[in-house]
Amino acid sequence: MSDPMAEIKASFFVECEELLESLQDALNLMDEGAHDDETINIVFRAVHSIKGGAGAFGLDALVAFAHRFETVMDEVRSGRLAVTPEAQRQFFHTADLLADEVHAARDGLPEPEAAEECLTELETLLGVPPGGGAEEEEVDDFVPMGLSFDLDLPDVDAAETNGPIEIRFSPHASLYAAGNDPYHLLGALTELGALDVSVDLSAIPTLDALDAEAALLHWTLRLEGETDEAEIREIFEFVEDLCTLEIAHPDVMDPPDLGELPAVESDPLLAPTPPPPPEPARTEAPPPEPAGSETKEKSTPAAPAAPAAAPAAEPVATVRVDLERIDRLVNLVGELVINQAMLSQSVSEAGLPPNSPVMTGLEAFMMLTRDIQDSVMMIRAQPVKPLFQRMARIVREASSAIGKDVKLRCEGEATEVDKTVIERLADPLTHMIRNAVDHGLEMPDARTAAGKPAAGVITLSAQHRSGRVVIEVSDDGGGINREKVLARAVERGLVPAEATLSDSEIDNLLFLPGFSTADQVSALSGRGVGMDVVRSAIQSLGGRISISSEIGVGTCFSVSLPLTLAVLDGMVVKVADETLVVPLSSIQETATLAADDIRPLGPETHVIQLRGAFVPLYDLGSELGYRSPQPSYEGGIVLLTAQETGERSALLVDSIIEQRQVVIKGLQRSYAQIPGVAAATILGDGQIALILDPADLVQTATGRTRPPQISLAG
Amino acid sequence: MKVLAVDDSRTIRDMLRLTLSGAGIEIYLAEDGQHGLEVLEGIAPDAIISDINMPRLDGFGFISAVREQDRHRATPILVLTTESAPELKARARAAGATGWIVKPFDPDKLVRALNMVAG
Repeated sequence: MSDPMAEIKASFFVECEELLESLQDALNLMDEGAHDDETINIVFRAVHSIKGGAGAFGLDALVAFAHRFETVMDEVRSGRLAVTPEAQRQFFHTADLLADEVHAARDGLPEPEAAEECLTELETLLGVPPGGGAEEEEVDDFVPMGLSFDLDLPDVDAAETNGPIEIRFSPHASLYAAGNDPYHLLGALTELGALDVSVDLSAIPTLDALDAEAALLHWTLRLEGETDEAEIREIFEFVEDLCTLEIAHPDVMDPPDLGELPAVESDPLLAPTPPPPPEPARTEAPPPEPAGSETKEKSTPAAPAAPAAAPAAEPVATVRVDLERIDRLVNLVGELVINQAMLSQSVSEAGLPPNSPVMTGLEAFMMLTRDIQDSVMMIRAQPVKPLFQRMARIVREASSAIGKDVKLRCEGEATEVDKTVIERLADPLTHMIRNAVDHGLEMPDARTAAGKPAAGVITLSAQHRSGRVVIEVSDDGGGINREKVLARAVERGLVPAEATLSDSEIDNLLFLPGFSTADQVSALSGRGVGMDVVRSAIQSLGGRISISSEIGVGTCFSVSLPLTLAVLDGMVVKVADETLVVPLSSIQETATLAADDIRPLGPETHVIQLRGAFVPLYDLGSELGYRSPQPSYEGGIVLLTAQETGERSALLVDSIIEQRQVVIKGLQRSYAQIPGVAAATILGDGQIALILDPADLVQTATGRTRPPQISLAG
Repeated sequence: MKVLAVDDSRTIRDMLRLTLSGAGIEIYLAEDGQHGLEVLEGIAPDAIISDINMPRLDGFGFISAVREQDRHRATPILVLTTESAPELKARARAAGATGWIVKPFDPDKLVRALNMVAG
């Protein structure tokens, strides 16, 4: 990415995301009834800026789309188009498609198919016949054009004649007032060819009568050589309405009519170079000003006629940093944490008294390290807002597809979560939202019948709770129909027919693979992706998902996630003299095995009995190849882990050492994917410990917990 | 040459920086009109480039506020606009703009236009 234009282009797409976000925000405000100028202006500006940037990179499809959207928003801004609910719906839809257009442009994909239809629909708001020629013209009108006189080449033939061109140039006072300087204009002309300059000073009165701001100079210029009249026009483009300008080809046309101007006096002193004009507006010494003007200026330096309504939130100053640099920092801080742990371990082993300066200093060091770690993690953190905005779109699309009226309420949008967590949360969250629209909320008539407002409400919230982030998707629908769920589960053979299950056990059946309650598979859900997939996606992020529901009141899915993927709460255990880390999130409980808890099952495996249920026993030592199955597991310690399928397993370890935060060190770059092993970490004593992935481990485990019948070792 | 460029789009600001610093012009950037006025207090640019549609203080307001300052009564101001509509030019003119550049701008033309108004 050394090409600066490529970098700017990449940064343009980042900016587009921000603009799309503020566009959504402003549209939401409008939807809530805010039709003030500033809100509408934000919408307009967001679209406008996308168009402006897109033009710079020749993204014509995006330019054209944004232009047509902008045209409609301009009508709103000027008050010619009222914001009806239908219009509001169209705005949301167009904004969604604008996002698609941006992404298509970014990824080099074809334009979204629905674009034309969407714009045509949007434009019917204006009362323009759909697909009419008017828009086309406007689009053409925008086509990036240079300074307008480039296109205006009426006298090409004449212009290309070899003769000199005579220019008569008489600035008006307004030319100076607008900040133009004839000196620079003449300077630009000299670049076109040899310039013969003569200036008429006859209008200048004596000094006592001089009005410093009057336009008193007239030039006659003779430009030699081969010059295009358009080039000359271009130089005068900014001032064409601020001066009297005549361009003539004396050799071709009639002799110039000198009668019109005062007699031109050629001043030999001024002729060779363009004269520095006595330019009143730029005089160095402040000219005598009318009294009072100075005080007026002093009082208004920073009090412009700004729109009264200020934007709701002031933008926070930010720095854009390459993600790789942050990850490097995160890694380094991880090393620092490990180093610090090693240091404190060796200090305590040295037997120093607890209140010695070394120990107190080390403690302060430890706290600083923690703070640094937290702060570094926060750099990777991002607000969930863009994610929530994507969900707003899902709600709009899903609800309109099945004719439900659904409002999405978002809470805690500013809550920050690790960037990777946010990225990987998008899919499961999308599915949960679709489910809520599709299954959670009742049809409007059913809602009305139940005495609820016809429009359903889905609430999406995020908050920090005890070192984790909790994201909840709740609806005010009919709640889980437990009879139906249970019946379905029995029908699918997921639970025995005579089983008695508690309400929450029934609710949790939704997470079983292959479960679907919708009688009719709608276009939305029922795509073969069930809540089981949602749950495994959440779990792979170190998260947990739970469900609560009340009949007639609604359902709430609650997802609890770690703030970062860089550190992990783990249980450090010993197996066959090896130290291992098991993620705490996967452990339900730990237990010490009594003799009658262990039951043999088949020739090689055991199950353990735990409160009336049987759980398969896995000896971590033998599963990982550290040792052969043990003759007896009595008195052994097991970690009870639960998988997404609800299946539980007991992992046997020799001892539990401690529960602590560990820094995750990926192994995949060096060793590819190892079954059962998620990553590694470095412990305080410098030892490397593998971090296990119990769910994965159990899938490939043999379950062998009894010595082989025929000893291969012997 | 010293130029102050005011535009609320980061992309456009980046491109202005690339174009102008490539032409050996010293460039100062501001994100909206209000910010532009603040930046202007600390510098004496040879020319100013300003966008029109901006939050807080738009280009028209910015230009008027600049022109009200005695030391900038004659500072050349170029307006950057995506519109080539004559009434926009007229409005920019009425606010005191010296000239205008149609976005997306051609780098050479921008530099040429700056030379035209500021030497």
